[in-house]
Amino acid sequence: MKLLKTLLKSKKFIIGLCVFLLLLFGSLIFTTISSHDPAEMIGFLYEPPSKEHLLGTDNFGRDVLIELIYGMKTSIYVGLLSGIIATFIGTTIGTTAGYLGKTIDNILNSITNLFLVIPSFVILILLSVSLRSRSLTLLAMIIGITSWPWTARAVRAQTSSLKTREHVNMAKLNGEGYVEIVLKEILPYMLSYIFMVFVLQVASGILSEAGLSMLGLGPSNTISLGKMLSWALLYEAVRTGAWWAFIPPALTIAIITFSLLYMNTGMDEVFNPRLRS
Amino acid sequence: MNRYLKYLTGKLKWYILTFFIAVFLNFFLPRFIPGNPVSALVAQMAGGGASSDVLDKLYNSYIQEFGLDKPWYTQFINYVLKVFHGDLGISFSLYPTKVNTILSHALPWTIALQAPAILIGWIIGNLLGALAAYKKGKFDSAFFPLALFINSIPYYCLAIILLYLFGVLLDVFPIGGGYSMQLIPSFSITFLIDALKHYLLPFFSLILVTIGGQAIGMREMSIYELNTDYVRYAKLLGISEKKITRYVFKNAMLPQITGLAISLGTMVGGALITEIVFSYPGIGTWLFNGIRQQDYPLIQGGTLVITMAVLLANFLIDIVYGIVDPRIRMAQMEE
Repeated sequence: MKLLKTLLKSKKFIIGLCVFLLLLFGSLIFTTISSHDPAEMIGFLYEPPSKEHLLGTDNFGRDVLIELIYGMKTSIYVGLLSGIIATFIGTTIGTTAGYLGKTIDNILNSITNLFLVIPSFVILILLSVSLRSRSLTLLAMIIGITSWPWTARAVRAQTSSLKTREHVNMAKLNGEGYVEIVLKEILPYMLSYIFMVFVLQVASGILSEAGLSMLGLGPSNTISLGKMLSWALLYEAVRTGAWWAFIPPALTIAIITFSLLYMNTGMDEVFNPRLRS
Repeated sequence: MNRYLKYLTGKLKWYILTFFIAVFLNFFLPRFIPGNPVSALVAQMAGGGASSDVLDKLYNSYIQEFGLDKPWYTQFINYVLKVFHGDLGISFSLYPTKVNTILSHALPWTIALQAPAILIGWIIGNLLGALAAYKKGKFDSAFFPLALFINSIPYYCLAIILLYLFGVLLDVFPIGGGYSMQLIPSFSITFLIDALKHYLLPFFSLILVTIGGQAIGMREMSIYELNTDYVRYAKLLGISEKKITRYVFKNAMLPQITGLAISLGTMVGGALITEIVFSYPGIGTWLFNGIRQQDYPLIQGGTLVITMAVLLANFLIDIVYGIVDPRIRMAQMEE
């Protein structure tokens, strides 16, 4: 609660949050009340924007605007789910390694370093290639399980410095166990940091989905912003000048990630006052 | 020197282990694909009207090459041995071209595109970031949101937008490829000029993003340094502004140099999608082709090259850091 109050002081955070929530709820509300089928072919290939179809049609003759709204929903869904998974794994491994130390720390730290060096996008490509059918949730899960190492490393460092504090020692004397101490005495002190990491993970999850889609490894049977871009590139939208097929999804991805990064910058300034020049 | 050697061998052991795990992942993951990839591929080729004689030959050569009848650990050992001999197998889609041949033709394009964009972008970005931190005021408040916006546009979205603006709308640059189709790569003037025309657009899309990212990092580091106690103390002592700024930016540069080394390492895999957008003949485009045609040897070869570049760069950073900064050496020894 106190955290939220501090955050609301930052103009950047509020602007970023508002834009993100607007896009999220806008696409959620539209897709629940609308009777449009985004996959329905309502016209010919690459019809320019008109009154009926504000952003024209794509290579399959589908309404770009409706696709865009559905794509926004799937992209944000992938981002949020992968962000939650990555933050959860990273925080769990980081606190465990940092708090328990010794052998467990050695093992976990080696694993973390290993996955920091082997490029996660490569593992992502290899995993996606080996899956014949990729549902949205599955895709979000593999993005999540390949992008936790940075979080783990940073959380580990913070945990090992926090665990030497007085109140942690008090809890230990009270006979509290490791899980209890981590949850009650250590995590609350890094909450602001973990939230910042989560926001960044959401942004990078959205980018990973779009990147994978453009490599031809996107979710099966779904529309996402990345898949719209990949269709536009494959079916020569650029060459034929059908800008409405690729500029809107590219800008939408840019706006979503910008809103998240702007939130992050705002939080950074609130939590690290030195940056407020 | 003895200590350094110990540090180095420790590092080397670790990197060899990491390399094996990377090779293992590279080998193992594509094997989860349900069904026999070879028969699927051969069936796919039959649709193309190839004669059954050729198909049989193809099937047998693939089965033999992968030793698919052997247990997986034998297959893995064979794969590792081949990798160590620098043999990445034969491409499915461009049979009988070797994956080595394809990738060694693609790699120079990727490096020629990425290395200058990273280096020049790094220099310009750092200068601008330092300037914004130093000047503050109007320059900073105009510059920072712009850099943040450019930095948060995914590099491939920026590439697509630039491609449309300058390639289609204004029609000043060609919209794809590394050179014109009718030319044969050579070191003639005509070819170089043509290649340069194809080069500029992807180059600009990459350098803009690098400048944005570096400038933000440098601005942040510089502001942090400018507010430290040693700067306040130096100001109180009346040390000249010029001298202080020199110290400040020297300190702020340190993490930026690590950043440069890391981006040079991720160079090979860093612009995969830019290459796809511009159909630039580098690793990314070939990886994309491999994925579209389910050419597993080509995919595995591509990902392995990307991984090896990153491992190599990290190892080099560790070697240099060990020499430059004894503290790092000590810290590593304790772990």
